[in-house]
This record gives sequence, C-alpha cells and structure tokens, in this order.
Amino acid sequence: MASSAGDGQTATRSRWAAGVIPYKEMGYWRPDYEPADSDVIAAFRITPQPGIEPEEAAAAVAGESSTATWTVCWTDRLTDYDNFQGKAFKVVPVPGSDPPQWIAYIAYALDLFEEGSVPNMSSSIIGNVFGFKALRALRLEDLRVPAEYLKTFQGPPHGIVMEREMLNKYGRPLLGCTVKPKLGLSPSNYGRIVYEALRGGLDFTKDDENMNSQAFNRWRDRYLFCMEAVHRAMEETGEIKGHYLNVTAPTMEEMYERAEFAKELGSVIIMIDLTIGFTAMGSMSKWARKNSMILHLHRAGHATYTRQKNHGVNFRVIAKWARMIGVDHIHAGTVVGKLEGDPAAIRGYYETCTKPYNPRDLMIGHYFDQDWVHLPGVMPVASGGIHAGQMHQLLHYLGEDVVLQFGGGTIGHPMGIAAGATANRVAVEAMIKARNEGRDYLREGPDILKAAAKHSPELASALDVWGDVTFDFEPTDTPDVLETPTPTA
Amino acid sequence: MRVTQGTFSYLPDLSDDEIRAQVQYGLDNGWAPSIEFTDDPHPRNVYWQLWGMPMFGLEDPAGVVYEVKRCREALPNCYIRVSLYDPTLTRQTTALQFIVHRPADEPGFGLERQDAADRTIRYTLHPYAADQPHGERYRGA
Repeated sequence: MASSAGDGQTATRSRWAAGVIPYKEMGYWRPDYEPADSDVIAAFRITPQPGIEPEEAAAAVAGESSTATWTVCWTDRLTDYDNFQGKAFKVVPVPGSDPPQWIAYIAYALDLFEEGSVPNMSSSIIGNVFGFKALRALRLEDLRVPAEYLKTFQGPPHGIVMEREMLNKYGRPLLGCTVKPKLGLSPSNYGRIVYEALRGGLDFTKDDENMNSQAFNRWRDRYLFCMEAVHRAMEETGEIKGHYLNVTAPTMEEMYERAEFAKELGSVIIMIDLTIGFTAMGSMSKWARKNSMILHLHRAGHATYTRQKNHGVNFRVIAKWARMIGVDHIHAGTVVGKLEGDPAAIRGYYETCTKPYNPRDLMIGHYFDQDWVHLPGVMPVASGGIHAGQMHQLLHYLGEDVVLQFGGGTIGHPMGIAAGATANRVAVEAMIKARNEGRDYLREGPDILKAAAKHSPELASALDVWGDVTFDFEPTDTPDVLETPTPTA
Repeated sequence: MRVTQGTFSYLPDLSDDEIRAQVQYGLDNGWAPSIEFTDDPHPRNVYWQLWGMPMFGLEDPAGVVYEVKRCREALPNCYIRVSLYDPTLTRQTTALQFIVHRPADEPGFGLERQDAADRTIRYTLHPYAADQPHGERYRGA
C-alpha cells in the first residue's frame, strides 16, 4: 500500500476494496501532478495531529474538499473520478513552526465549480474540511483563481476607475468618517454629524456595521435626514458627497426596499455588511450595478475566522471573493491605526483589491500569480484610529486609491466636526502635492503638515491635539508595534 | 463660496511654479495634460470645454503653464482646470485634476427641493451662475 500513491489506475486493488483506506491511497495525493492553467489552486496551512504525515493530511483536505467521503464507495467508478478528485501535489514545511505546520498545495479541476458562484466555490473549498479530526488546525492562505473562472464574474458594480469618474474626484485618497457614537443617536442628530463632516471637506460619511434600523433610529428616518445633510453639503462645496446608507436587513426583500429608497433620495452609495452572506452580497452587487449605486462592504465579523494564524481563512481570500462577487469598497486595514495590522500583509490585501495582476510574492502573502483578467479593482478602506498627523504614513503604506476614514479624528476635533473634516482634507491635499513635487514626504511628513497648517487653523489645531506625528515608523514585518496614541471614540 | 472640486482646492491657489511641478509629475508618469474651462461649475458637469487639444507627447511642462496663462487672459471669468490623463490599460481615466483659475466672485449653488409623498424629497443642485446665459456669467468683480 505504501507504493500506491499513484494516479488511481496503478492503485486499483487497494483503491477499490471496500472499507477505509488512507486518502493518500485513494488518489488525492499526486506529487507528480502538474496543475493545468485552468485549475483552481489552493494553499492551505495544515497542522496535522501527531502521527499523521503531512501528505496524508493534505490528501484528506483535497479529498473532503472535492469528491471523497470517509470510506471507499464503488460509485466513484461511475465517474471520471480522476478529473473530479482534488489533487494535493506539494507540501512545504513552515520553518520554525511548533507544532509543525506545512503549506499544502491542492489543485481542483474547473468542472468542480458552478460558474459565477462564490457561495459554491467557498462551500467546496472551505465547506467540509475545517473540523477534520486528523488535523489540529487548518487555514486557507490563498487561492489561485484561473482566468476561465474569473471570466464568469462581473466583479465590482463600478470599480475604482468608474467610482472616481462618478464622483469627479481624482488624484488623492478619498476621505470618510463613521458617525460616532455609532449607536444611540436619533436620526436628526445623526444627520447633523453627516452635514458637518461633509461640508467641512470629507467626501463620505458612513453608517457603522451595526446601524441598521433600531428603535432609536429607524432606517427610513435616518435616510431622510442623512440625504438632506448630504445635499446641503453639496450645495456649500459644489462637490459630490455621499453617506454610506447601511441597507443590511433581515431579509433580501427589506434590503431591496431600503436600497430603493436610498436611490429615490439621490444617494450615490449604499453599504452592506459581510454578515449578510455571499449570496446576498451577490444580489446587492447586481442591484448596485443596475442602479448606478456604489456598493460599500463593511467586513463585519471577518476576524472571527481571519485572525488566527493557524486556523481559518486568510483575509486575502475573503478580499478575492469580494472582488469576484463584486463590491466597490472593502475595509482592508490601516497599518498605522488602532487595529493591529502587519504592513506587509496589508500591502498584499491592498494589491489583491486594486491591481490588475498580482505576482507571486511570499513576502506579502501572495502564494500564486493572480491575473485578474481586467476585472475592475475594489477601493480599499482604511478605518480605525487614524488622524491627520499620520497622513504621510497613510499615503506611503496605502497609496492614493483608498478611502481614509477618520471617525474620532474628525468628530473629536476641538473646533468642531467641520473643522476636523477640513483638517483632514488640507492634510491629504498637502501631502499629495508634496509627493507629486518629488519630496521625500515620508521623512518630511511632519514638516509638510506644519507648513500646511500655517494656512489652516483647523489642521494646526488637529496637530496640536493629536501630536504632530509621534513615531518614525520604519517598514517592518512585526505586527506588535502598531499601537497609536490616537484617542478613540 | 469656494467651489472645492479638484485635487488641491483646500490649499492656497497654486502658483505657476507649483502648477509646473504637478504637470511634471504627470509627464513623468506618462500622463497627457489638458486644459479645460467652464462657466458652469455643477459637480456633474463633466465636459468642460477644452482649451486646445490634450497634449499627448508633451515633454516640457512649460507648455502647459504658457497655455494656462493664455487661457486666463482670454477667460478671466471662467473656472480653468488642468487634467492629467492616464491612458494605461485598466485605467484609461483622469489621474489628477486641479483648478488653476476661478472667477473673482463665486455665487455658488442653490438647493432645490421637490416635495413628494411620504416626506420623500427630490434634490436638485442649481448653480446660480447658470441663471445667466453662457458668456454673461461671472462678469467680473
């Protein structure tokens, strides 16, 4: 049996005997296999139970995520099983891991997946394997999605380029702010914050993930007050403004109803939470494309399965699925904010969202070359404990295709909400201008901000309160040095 | 009021040297500059009139600064902006766009509300300048 790790044909005797045999010997371990260009390839981080060899653990994952069950079934022989079986073809030890981990590469034939269906793809690849007893832990690190499959998706309803053209805003990060306190405000008070933040210079304000339709703030009333605020701010600035009206609701019917009302009031953007599920995201994506509405996704709940290094699903994969399902915005980390985040990994997430092509680069967590075959990019959103004084770092780490969301950093400004918004806008424009002039803006950032503050009492006051840049932040791979002194709401 | 469209409207108005530096950045990236003007600053007025052709293949930003000056002299009561266009596959869009001249007096916008059923309101943004025909708007302070 030890020699029967072949292609199913040479293993015929043991392969088809009734009973339980190792997955390896059922054809799910194929070290000779060369993946086809059209295969989906997954990179799993596997931590086998003591005594289980990594090849068998990888084969088990390949088996359970494709055709296998726990025992031999003769009915496999009614199929071209060699095509349909997932094929683990490589295991690579993770240096220094204890208990020992391996990265297992598994190839899946295109035939296993329904066209245009992330729910189907995720049910296949992560649906059945994560509770497997033979494994202590399992994490899906990355997926190579072939062009053949990507071309069955339309992706973001608009994408970065079209969003900018709809908003008439180019060449700088967009600016946003989540209304705080995120729960408890009445609709009219809530709208006041939207109005002040937008008229002061932000492009967007935002409902938070849990602001849906509670007794203190029903959705229809909130939408009416927020859209009055949005239009008043447009009147005062001559710019297009938006408030992410969260349409997350208990049923699709209610989500559509809320989205339709947002449209009726002239909103350019709505938002959904990741908690609504992949199918509902797909429905709202189609609705948003049909109704010329930008679609913002708040990744509510993702850290329950993305944060552990040895178990769950890497956020990179969630970002890929979100780009395929089709959202226009996705929260993807801040590097310098209040939430922990490894700069290299976050750069990887941003490139997954925005670039037409991601070359394999293990330093930023990309296990595969990923060609997006011209699927539009998703605008990443940085939110959580960032402020104007960090503008040079934000631009350096996150680039200009990003929405920078300053919640406390707008609303907590001592001169008021509109002044807080102006401070952020002056800071971002000054930093973009300096970068374009060829200055070493990361190093000179504090000076650039101080100079800009001479023309802006709002920025001067923001730098006063939050410290005119408090750390020389060197690029690093360690995620444990990222606390900021930002007061948070 | 001050119309705050464009990348740098929250900063002091750019000098000619500062305009030159921004255009140089665009040229270094392979972007094509163009100069546009309008007397209708509605934020959804996408198609401002072109002052000459987009300058594909330009090497020296001085050419843009020179044309901006000429445009300002000819149309002192218009908004003038410089756009830099990125023709790269998957972009094919404006990469940077900033106002380089504005009328001395900006009357701004009115917000018109059409009341509909169930408190629904349909909003329309109305530039006061558009109350006058083209050519008679912003006749100078």
